[in-house]
Formats: sequence, structure tokens, C-alpha cells
Amino acid sequence: MTTHIEKDPHSGTETTGHVWDGLRELNTPLPKWWLYTWLACIVWAFGLMLLYPSLPYFTGYWHGLLGYSTRTEVMQDVAKIAGQRALVMDKVAAASFEQIRATPALLAEAQTAGRTSFANNCQPCHGAGGGGRPGYPALAAGAWLWGGRLEDIQQTLQHGIRSGAEGARDSQMPRFGVDGVLKPEEIVQVASFVMTLYGTPRREASAETVAAGAALFADNCAACHGEKGQGNREFGAPALASRTHLYGDSFEIVQGQITNPHMGVMPAWGGKLDPATIKSLAIYVHDLGGGE
Amino acid sequence: MSDAVLHGATLPARLPRVDYNEAVVRKFMIAAMFWAVVAFCVGCYLAAEMSWPAFNLGYEFTNFGRLRPVHTSAAIFAFGGSMLFGTAMYVVQRTCRARLFGGSALADFIFWGYQFFIVMAALSYVMGFSKSREYAEPEWHLDLWLTLIWVLFAVVFIGTLIKRAEPHIYVANWFYLAFILTVAVLHLGNNLTVPVSFWGAKSYALFSGTQDAMIQWWYGHNAVGFFLTAGFLGMMYYFIPKAANRPVYSYRLSIFHFWSLIFLYIWAGPHHLEYTALPDWTQTLGMAFSIMLWMPSWGGMINGLMTLSGAWDKLRTDPGLRFSVTAVGFYGMSTFEGPVMSIRPVNALSHYTDWGIGHVHSGSLGWVAFISFGALYYLIPVLWGRERMYSVKLISWHYWIATLGIVFYITSMWVAGIMEGLMWRAYDSQGFLQYSFIESIAAVHPFLVIRLVGGLCFLTGALLMAFNMIMTIIGPRPALNAMPQAAFVAGE
Amino acid sequence: MSDITKKPRFTHGTIERNAFILLVLALIAISIGGIVEIIPLFTIETTVEHVKGVRPYAPLELVGRNIYVREGCYLCHSQQIRSLRDEVERYGHFSLAAESMYDHPFQWGSKRIGPDLARVGGKYSNDWHYQHLQNPQALVPESLMPRYAFLATRPIQIDNIADHLRTNVIVGVPYTSEDIAHAQDDLLAQATPGADVTGLMQRYPKANLVPGNGRTPTELDALIAYLQVLGTMVDFADPSTENLQQ
Ligand code: HEC
Ligand code: HEC
Ligand code: HEC
Ligand code: HEM
Ligand code: HEM
Ligand SMILES: [Ca+2]
Ligand SMILES: [Ca+2]
Ligand SMILES: [Cu+2]
Repeated sequence: MTTHIEKDPHSGTETTGHVWDGLRELNTPLPKWWLYTWLACIVWAFGLMLLYPSLPYFTGYWHGLLGYSTRTEVMQDVAKIAGQRALVMDKVAAASFEQIRATPALLAEAQTAGRTSFANNCQPCHGAGGGGRPGYPALAAGAWLWGGRLEDIQQTLQHGIRSGAEGARDSQMPRFGVDGVLKPEEIVQVASFVMTLYGTPRREASAETVAAGAALFADNCAACHGEKGQGNREFGAPALASRTHLYGDSFEIVQGQITNPHMGVMPAWGGKLDPATIKSLAIYVHDLGGGE
Repeated sequence: MSDAVLHGATLPARLPRVDYNEAVVRKFMIAAMFWAVVAFCVGCYLAAEMSWPAFNLGYEFTNFGRLRPVHTSAAIFAFGGSMLFGTAMYVVQRTCRARLFGGSALADFIFWGYQFFIVMAALSYVMGFSKSREYAEPEWHLDLWLTLIWVLFAVVFIGTLIKRAEPHIYVANWFYLAFILTVAVLHLGNNLTVPVSFWGAKSYALFSGTQDAMIQWWYGHNAVGFFLTAGFLGMMYYFIPKAANRPVYSYRLSIFHFWSLIFLYIWAGPHHLEYTALPDWTQTLGMAFSIMLWMPSWGGMINGLMTLSGAWDKLRTDPGLRFSVTAVGFYGMSTFEGPVMSIRPVNALSHYTDWGIGHVHSGSLGWVAFISFGALYYLIPVLWGRERMYSVKLISWHYWIATLGIVFYITSMWVAGIMEGLMWRAYDSQGFLQYSFIESIAAVHPFLVIRLVGGLCFLTGALLMAFNMIMTIIGPRPALNAMPQAAFVAGE
Repeated sequence: MSDITKKPRFTHGTIERNAFILLVLALIAISIGGIVEIIPLFTIETTVEHVKGVRPYAPLELVGRNIYVREGCYLCHSQQIRSLRDEVERYGHFSLAAESMYDHPFQWGSKRIGPDLARVGGKYSNDWHYQHLQNPQALVPESLMPRYAFLATRPIQIDNIADHLRTNVIVGVPYTSEDIAHAQDDLLAQATPGADVTGLMQRYPKANLVPGNGRTPTELDALIAYLQVLGTMVDFADPSTENLQQ
């Protein structure tokens, strides 16, 4: 095939002389700005490769003139901000709760630390602002399972509840139904009685049922939940004679709990959060409204 | 008559007519239109799920994790793939002046085999089979099937190149060829897995951890570079000069940007893994090569846009061409944005956020889909022997509503992405992280809704197009003497 | 071909006129980058850090991981804490290559619609995960996560677990023949309350026991066993800073 070079009337540039299905190409030179910008990018890119770790060989790689490493850098960054926070957080760690309370600057810092750590770590269980939800106690309500003093809270956070961690708060409500300690009808009775303590008595329950339940309660439950259902913090046994509930106030929930108790788990934060943060969290939780 | 002008010159009349295989191209164009609608519907549905998770419906088949690969595969492989297969087969025949190598049975087998792959892939995701390798989700048996189809496609394409009647291989075919070869290599490299049993679908990837991540993003990035870029550049190099009836702007630029593009693209994968457990040296290479990739990409844009010099007025009369040209603009935009996002400190902010999704869709809606729409509006009348599309006005409507959709989509995602990036790293005055993760999710909700609106606009446009296409095809054929001669005769 | 030999110079026209040359040169151009970036990752010693604690997944965890892969959780959740200050402070120590060395495939993800999960193990209780996966919005009202309640009713396939371990051995995971022999027992022990777990704990330290329902473990049990081990294996008191340089 012969090539037939033509001149494009519009641009005045010549074509390359080939035609494909009527398509032609102009032989326009490379745009200068394009070429120079590209060269500049190449210089930039090779500069980066010179300064930073880049080209590999079989067993190693060029480490770069700057000795840069993302990991070294982040460790420095974290150390730096931790150092900045440490100015105050070390004081939080060292001070007693009373001292922190007495020093407004420290207290403000601890509350901020507590608020942010709570949002990132606790909110998924305990809800925004510690509002709680079934199975996850409302921390703002003042109905403490294990105790609402700053030290109690701190210990709960440090070791968790049934977390399997050392020093964890631990207790087991017996599985009255599953293990056959109580018969199903007895569970109905005792649950009916508990509903009276809850303040939401069960309409279907006769007086005899409730009375039978009361007797069963005294024998089986009072040891942990107290004679009057006032709860016992030694076992983390919730107050039943109360309107705040861990799991809820329906008959089915109570029946279910007696049959096969949930035994909620609260993770231990000791290994994950530093002591000053845990202390700050304790203060934050305490100040949600239920602190003692 | 206007159409002959619109579609430009073709063969000099003295050349013998070749009996091109256009039946298979017609099939691919119908499939592409169908899958476009499917992909956009699923995209909108996902956008709704992200705005209101109740749309997940609680069924396993409709939840986000299973539907998202349906969307990406339907958009990239079904819609994009059908466009690429179809136009590659069309362009290679025309520009080689040779009938498709291998006969029509083979071409049809490739068509049906590929459609079968797509349907099976989509079904498998929904039913809970996935390798969870992004953009390469199908399990091993489907991978093998695709390998077969791909090899046959390569044979047909290369065979046609070899038996060509033109002395030179046209630039569009360089790009199609690079696309076909590279995707084959990537597909094989990235899908090395060991099945648990011959009878089951489950397999375990051959490599693990950091090496596997590098291989996946070597694949993933170059799926972008060769499937969504090189292939569609091939499309651009045929349909824009054709529709504009102008010569390609610069042959020399074609050479430079072709070779630099395919050489440099391969290196840029690690920009998907910056600051991760991939070693720093690899990350730097990913960043550096992405920067060098900017101008080679723009070479394609320049060649696309400047081809119109002297024919800008055509944009007024040919709304199909308007799609192609806008596409090249979006291509330029996303290939500028990409290198910017590759720069380490920028990536620190953008990675993991909706900024990435904005970038993806400026590339895929703006470039991939628009260049395809341009090609379809050109091809439909030609393939079905019609004078023009059923309604030129509807093309204009499609153009404006789709453009509006893209603007909604990408601006909302930029805002959302930058917001997420900034909230995640925000520290309060005392040096504590300021926001919980969930606060960032709540904060971007309005933008996710705006994105849905954008998606619905884009979908509406595609439905108009589908209607227009159907009406064109079922509409009356023009009388023989009024036929557009574009397909056969020179218009010099 | 004859064309080239006649031509005095090799120009781009030469390439354009010969499909074979075009093909070979294109193949060369697209091969170099991948070779340079991928092969050294296998040959450079420091690519995967030498740290203590990383072990293959216990059988139940492996099944759970397969469910994670199948459901495409990675589309919303990353498992890769980048070496950036805010990520380290929010999610914990930056991820090491060693931590995913038995992950076939890796699941680092590329988008965070939900939080990073690389160190979610132990962050919540089993109970919380059971409730959360079945109804995320009940616990986190703003969550975008779908409900995975259907996992709770589906028993996992147990009889082919040894095959899964064997396949992992082929791709390089160091399960021993003893691990494979006990695969089924270990799987059941991890999800059966009161079962003897001494063997399980020896082979897979820090495995998290899930309550199960006393019958065949469900997909949900397996998934939670997997989630609870994420990020817990490496003992970060041990490695020195230099050991972590890749
Ligand atoms: C996996 C869910 C979960 C997470 C996360 C969690 N908790 Fe708890 N938390 C619980 C459960 C469950 C209980 C109650 C256990 C029980 O049933 O006795 C509890 C109990 C408590 C108690 C004891 C309440 C009392 O009445 O004595 C405090 C205080 C507490 N959590 C604070 C926190 C703080 C602060 C955080 C974050 C650092 C946190 N929790 C994270 C689940 C969680
Ligand atoms: C060994 C101590 C123990 C005994 C005995 C015991 N409980 Fe409990 N109970 C607990 C603990 C601890 C909890 C909270 C545990 C949890 O998270 O499931 C609890 C929780 C409950 C709750 C849920 C309270 C709420 O606010 O939702 C009810 C109801 C209850 N017990 C009833 C009973 C009844 C009725 C009996 C006797 C038949 C009984 N318990 C015996 C320790 C005990
Ligand atoms: C559509 C997006 C989406 C999908 C798919 C998804 N998630 Fe989530 N996930 C979220 C969001 C948003 C959150 C944050 C709010 C919350 O806790 O629900 C989350 C939170 C979580 C958390 C708690 C993490 C933490 O540190 O608080 C876990 C664990 C989790 N998801 C596991 C999974 C698993 C396992 C799957 C797959 C079977 C999955 N997710 C699928 C969006 C998703
Ligand atoms: C020079 C050209 C380009 C460069 C350097 C580039 C670079 C990038 C970067 C840095 C990311 C983000 C990685 C991350 O942080 O996760 C990205 C993501 C992406 N880009 Fe581009 N881009 C380019 C062009 C394009 C084009 C034209 C398209 C589409 C047609 C495209 C499609 C995508 C897709 C689909 C992703 C998402 C990958 C994922 O799933 O994470 N890119 N690109
Ligand atoms: C109506 C039009 C569309 C809508 C509404 C839409 C919507 C979506 C949504 C909601 C996602 C998930 C985003 C996330 O995970 O955060 C997504 C992802 C994606 N879409 Fe689309 N999409 C549309 C069209 C397209 C087209 C035409 C293509 C390609 C040709 C495409 C390619 C992709 C890709 C590659 C991703 C994955 C991005 C990533 O992982 O970074 N989409 N799309
Ligand atoms: Ca109570
Ligand atoms: Ca992605
Ligand atoms: Cu990329």
C-alpha cells in the first residue's frame, strides 16, 4: 500500500498518510507543555524514589536518603501527642480521685479523656451518654450492680465483669431452669413474685401463685438479691425491688433469666487502655448522673 | 443525508466491500444496554441501603455485602465488558478491513460464553460464593471458564489483526490489544487458588497477607488501567474521530502516551496500600509511578479533545458526540485526581473514605459510561441500518440528566469523603480524638442521600437511552435508496 | 516480516506493521513493573516481621473466616490499621504483615463504612456480637450494617473441616498432621459449653470459646469465634521497634 500524505486544511498539519476505514492521523508534534510537565513529573518521581525507600533488589531495597519509615514516623507521632497529653495525664495517673476533683484543670482534662474514650469504646454497649440498653446497664441511672463509687467503677473497668481476666468481678446466678433446680411451674411462681417487686405485677398471677413464689424466693434468691430484693453488690446481683432493670420488666424476660441467666460480660480494659484513661473514664461515668 | 456527514467518511469507494460480522456486535450492544440498566439499578439500590439500612430487608440475598459485587461486576464486566468486546470486534474489522477471524460460530460462542459467565458470577455472589478479592470475586470454576472465553477472544482479535488488509495497525487496536493481553495476565496472576475439593466452589488463595495484598492491587489497579482505561481509549480512538469526521490530533502523541501508559500503569498498584503493612519501598514506587502516569493519561485526553478542533460545532448537532467529548473531560479529571490521591499525605486522608468512591464514579460514570454512550449512539443506527436514532431530542435529555446525576454523585462523595477523613483524624484541644467512628457515619448521611438522587438521575438517563434504542431497532427501516451510506461508502 | 528486513531502520512503523512485534513489546512493557514489585516481597527477609504469637486459625475460626469472606464483610470493614497516628490511637497498634500471614486471601479492605476490625477481638463480649450481628441497629442506632440473623439458624458443615486444613497446608499454612487429625474435635470443642478444651487450647492458644447452642455450631458461632481472635495473637510487649521495620 502506498502512503498518501495529505495536508489538513484546518490545522495546516500533515497526516501520516494512512487511512483506516476513513480515519486519518495528523503528524502533530508533541505539545511542548505536555512534554515538559511530564519531564517535571519524572524528575519529581525520581526525587521521591531517591529520598524515600524505593527500588528493590533480590534481598533488600534502597532505603532512601532521608532514612524515612512510615512506622518510625507514626511511633514518633504517637509518642509526641502522648507526651503532650502526658503533661496532664501523668498528673491524673498520679493523683487520687479527691485530688483530681479538687483541681479544676485536672478534672476538665480527665473528663475530656473520659468522654472521647467512652464514645470510642463503651458507647456500642452502654449507649450514648451511658443510657444503657437491655443487658447493658444504664450507667447514668444510679442502679449500680457492683458499686458506684469512683474506686468501684475503676475496678470494674480495669478487670471487667466475667471477662475471664484476672481480678475480674465474677458471680454466677444459678441456672434454675436449665439445671432443673426449679420446676417450670415453680419458675412461673417465683417470676410472678418478682414482678410484684418490680412494681409491674402480673395480672394472670393469682395470690396463691405469688405467695408460693415468695417462699421460693426466700429459699433460692434472697441470698443474692436480698430478703426484700434490694440487691447485693457483693455478687453484682441487681436490685429487683426497683424500676431500673438490667434486662427488662416483662414476665418473659424474668422467666427466661431464672431459667437460663444471661450472665453478661463486660470486657476488661486494663490491657487496652492506660491507667490514666481508665481513671478518667471512671470519673466520666461517675459524673453521668449516677455516681456515689 | 445529515447522518452521512455525522458519521463521517469511511472506505474509499473503490475498495472491495468486506462482509463484516456485525451480528455479534449487535448482540454485544444489546447486552451492554441491558447490563447498564441492571448495574445502575443495583447501584441505586446499594445507595439506598447505605442511606437507610432497612433496605437490606434482612434477607441474605439482598444485603449489601452480597449485592455490592453484583453492582461492580455488572458495571465493569457486564456493561463495560460487553461494550469492549463488541466495539473491539467492530473496530478491528473495520480498521483491518477484514472479517472477524474464526468465523461467526466462534464469535457467537464468545458472546454467549461471556454472558453466561456474567450471569453465573452475579448469581454466585447473591447465593454466597465469593473469593472476596475486589473486582475478582468469582470462585475458581468461573475463573477457569472466563480464562477460556478470554483466550478465545484474544485469538479472534489477534487473528483478525494478522489477516488485516491494511498495512498498518490502527492506534485503537494497540489499546484494545494491550487491554486483552494485560487483563489475561492479571486474571491468571490474581486468581491462583487451590480448591478444597473438585466438587465444591470454595478455594483458598495461593498467597497470603502482604504478598496477596500486593498481587490483588497489582490486579485491581490495572483492571482500572487496562479494562476501564486502555480498552475505552481504544473505543475513543475510533468513535471520536469517526463521529467528528476529523483526523486524530497527533500520531506522535499516540505513540508516546500508549507506550508510557502501559509501561507505567503496572507499577502504580501499591497506591492502594499506602501506610499499610506493605513495605514502604513498594508504597513509594506506587506513589512515584502514579505521578509519572499523569501526563501519559492526559496524552489520551489531548488526543481525544484536540481531534475535535475544527469540528466543535458538531457538538451542537450531535448529542452523541457530546457524550464522548464530556467523557474525555472526565477522563482527564479522574486521571488528575488519581495521582493526587496517590501522594502519601493525601492518601492518608482519602483512603478508606467516600472520596475514593467519588473518584471511582467520576471515572466510571463520567468516563467509562459516557464514552460508551457516545459509542452506542453512533453504532446503533449504523448496526441496524437506520438513518438516525429514534429521537435525537431524547439523547439530549439523556445527556443533561446524566450529567446532572454525575455532578450530584461526585460532589456529594467528595464532601462526604473529606468529612470522614477529617473527622477520623480530628483531635480536640487537649490532644484526644474528637469523634467516635459512628459520629462520622451519622454526619455523612445527607450526602449519601444526595448520592442516591444522583444515581437515580443517571439511571433515568439510561432508561431513556434504552427506550430510544428499542424504538430505533423496532422502528421502520428507511427505504433502500435513503439508507445512510455511512457504513459502506466514502463521504469525502 | 520481509518488510522489516528490508527496512534500514527500526521505527514505530515497524511495530505497527507487525502484530507479533507489537504483541511481544507490549507484553514486555506490562511485565516489568509487576515483576519488580512482587517478586522481592517473597525474597526480602524483613517483609514479614518476626514476632511471636501468630498461629494458624483454629478450625472453628477458619470456618468463621470463610463466612466473613463469603459475606463480603471486607466491603465495609477494613482489617488494616495504617501507620497513622489517629488510626493507631483509635484502633490500636498498626497492623503487621505477620498478622495476616495465614490469611488466604488477605482481607485488608479498601473502604470503611464500618470501623476497622483488625483488633476487634476481645473488645466486646460474645453476647454483644450475637446481638449485634443479628440486629446491629438495636445496639448502634446509626449503624449502616445489614442484619445477619440468618447466620444464627444455619448449622456449619463439619465433616469436611479436615479437607479445609489440608488445603491450607498446600498453600503454606503450617497445620500439623495432629491438627488435622483433631480438626473436627477442636471445631466442636470450641463451640460446646463444658467440652474438654485442653487440646484445643494447646494447639490454638487464646482461642475464644463461644457458647453455641449445644447442638451443631452455627455459622454465627463460627463467625464470632473468628472475630474474637482478630488482633489478639501478637504479644506486643515482645517485639522491639527494630524488629518491626520491614
Ligand atoms: C461488650 C459490651 C461492653 C462494653 C464494650 C463495655 N461494657 Fe460496661 N458492662 C457491660 C455489661 C454486660 C455489664 C454488666 C454485666 C452484668 O450483667 O453484671 C457492664 C457493666 C459496667 C459497669 C458496672 C455497672 C454497675 O452497675 O456496677 C460499668 C461501670 C461499666 N460497665 C462501664 C463501662 C465503660 C466505662 C466501658 C468502656 C471503657 C464499658 N463499660 C464497656 C458490657 C460492656
Ligand atoms: C448466686 C447469686 C444469685 C442467685 C442465687 C440468684 N441470682 Fe438473680 N441475678 C444474679 C446476678 C449476678 C444477676 C445479673 C447477672 C446477669 O447479667 O445476667 C442476676 C439477675 C437477675 C434478674 C435480672 C434483673 C434485671 O434487672 O433485669 C432477675 C429477674 C433475677 N436475677 C431473679 C432471680 C431469681 C428469681 C432468683 C431465684 C430463683 C435469683 N435471681 C437467684 C445473681 C443471683
Ligand atoms: C453495609 C455495611 C456493613 C457490612 C456489610 C457489615 N458491616 Fe459491620 N459495621 C458496619 C457499621 C456502620 C458499623 C458501626 C456501627 C455498629 O457497630 O453497628 C459496624 C460494626 C461492626 C462491628 C463492631 C466493630 C466495633 O469496633 O465497634 C463488628 C464486629 C462488625 N461490624 C462485624 C461485621 C461482620 C462480621 C460483617 C459481615 C458478616 C459485617 N460487619 C458487615 C457496617 C457494615
Ligand atoms: C492516572 C490515573 C489514575 C491514578 C493514578 C489513580 C489513582 C487512584 C488512587 C490513589 C486510588 C485510591 C486508592 C485508595 O486509597 O484506596 C484509586 C482508586 C480507584 N480508582 Fe483510580 N486512578 C486513576 C484513574 C482512574 C480511572 C480513569 C478510573 C476509572 C475508570 C479509576 C478507577 C478507580 C477505582 C475503581 C478505584 C477504587 C479501588 C478500590 O476498590 O479501592 N481510576 N485510584
Ligand atoms: C446509577 C449509577 C451508579 C450508582 C448509583 C452507583 C452506586 C454505587 C455504590 C452505592 C457503591 C458502593 C459504594 C461504597 O461501598 O461506599 C458503588 C461502588 C462501585 N461502583 Fe458504582 N454506581 C453507579 C454506576 C457505576 C458504574 C457505571 C460503574 C463502572 C463502570 C461503577 C463502578 C463501581 C465500582 C468500581 C465500585 C467500587 C468502588 C470502590 O470499591 O472503591 N458504578 N457504586
Ligand atoms: Ca433492677
Ligand atoms: Ca474498594
Ligand atoms: Cu489504582
